[in-house]
Amino acid sequence: MSTHVSLEPPRTGNPGRSQRFRSRKGPGKVTRGNFELYSWLFMRASGVLLVFLVLGHLFIMMVTDGGVEKIGFAFVAGRWASPWWQFWDLLQLWLAMIHGTNGMRTVINDYADKDRTRAILKGLLYTASVLTIFLGTLVIFTFDPSIKG
Amino acid sequence: MASGAQGAKGTLYRGREGMWSWVAQRVTGVLLFFFLFAHVLDTALVRVSPHTYNQVIGTYKNPVVNILEVGLVGAVMFHAFNGLRIIAIDFWSKGPKYQRQLLWVVVGLWAVLMLGFLEPMMQHTFHEWFGW
Repeated sequence: MSTHVSLEPPRTGNPGRSQRFRSRKGPGKVTRGNFELYSWLFMRASGVLLVFLVLGHLFIMMVTDGGVEKIGFAFVAGRWASPWWQFWDLLQLWLAMIHGTNGMRTVINDYADKDRTRAILKGLLYTASVLTIFLGTLVIFTFDPSIKG
Repeated sequence: MASGAQGAKGTLYRGREGMWSWVAQRVTGVLLFFFLFAHVLDTALVRVSPHTYNQVIGTYKNPVVNILEVGLVGAVMFHAFNGLRIIAIDFWSKGPKYQRQLLWVVVGLWAVLMLGFLEPMMQHTFHEWFGW
């Protein structure tokens, strides 16, 4: 395998110590506090929960009872009649969205070098994420099994 | 910077398991983020009407899309198991020492579970295409 592949080294094992953040703010001016440390910790904590939530979700949706063929409005209505599955889906939605958004934030920070580009991309990302979490939450809480159509 | 003179095993990280698993974690993560965004939107159609929801969800039952779903499940499983490997590297004192072996555990577990998921996931497609 070539030793000349130019990709960034991993952040793992080095929480909150990104050199790029420091150099941008100037020497000695670290204003983000422990944010990157909590971000690093959140990825691991939410990741462990998501392994169970998402693999469980995929198993129920794609493997049991004829796989994807069974999924339809009636199937969703049956599941969301139970607070357990409502809670499962709500937790899964929030954790996956925040985990994914934080991952995308890291990717943008790594590859978008101009301050302005980074600001625009992160603005788009956060807007899309807030709207998606809001929409998903609304749908879980306002689901109506007897809706017309 | 490592030069070619050091040979294929000149570095601990670049071009080796550590780097490629990091690349795969990043690529699968970005893909999953975009899928999640679309998936919340398609699920939100249950608030429009049962007919609209069933129509769009019908896309998931198309045999070609079904193959993409196998890819999606593969991406989720790799991201999940390699994520657990990353946690082991960060928090288990022997994690960094065994990071390479842990990657092969990840790949093995992934292969076994994918084989188990394949038939139930694709039974309708197999039936439609090959009459199985």
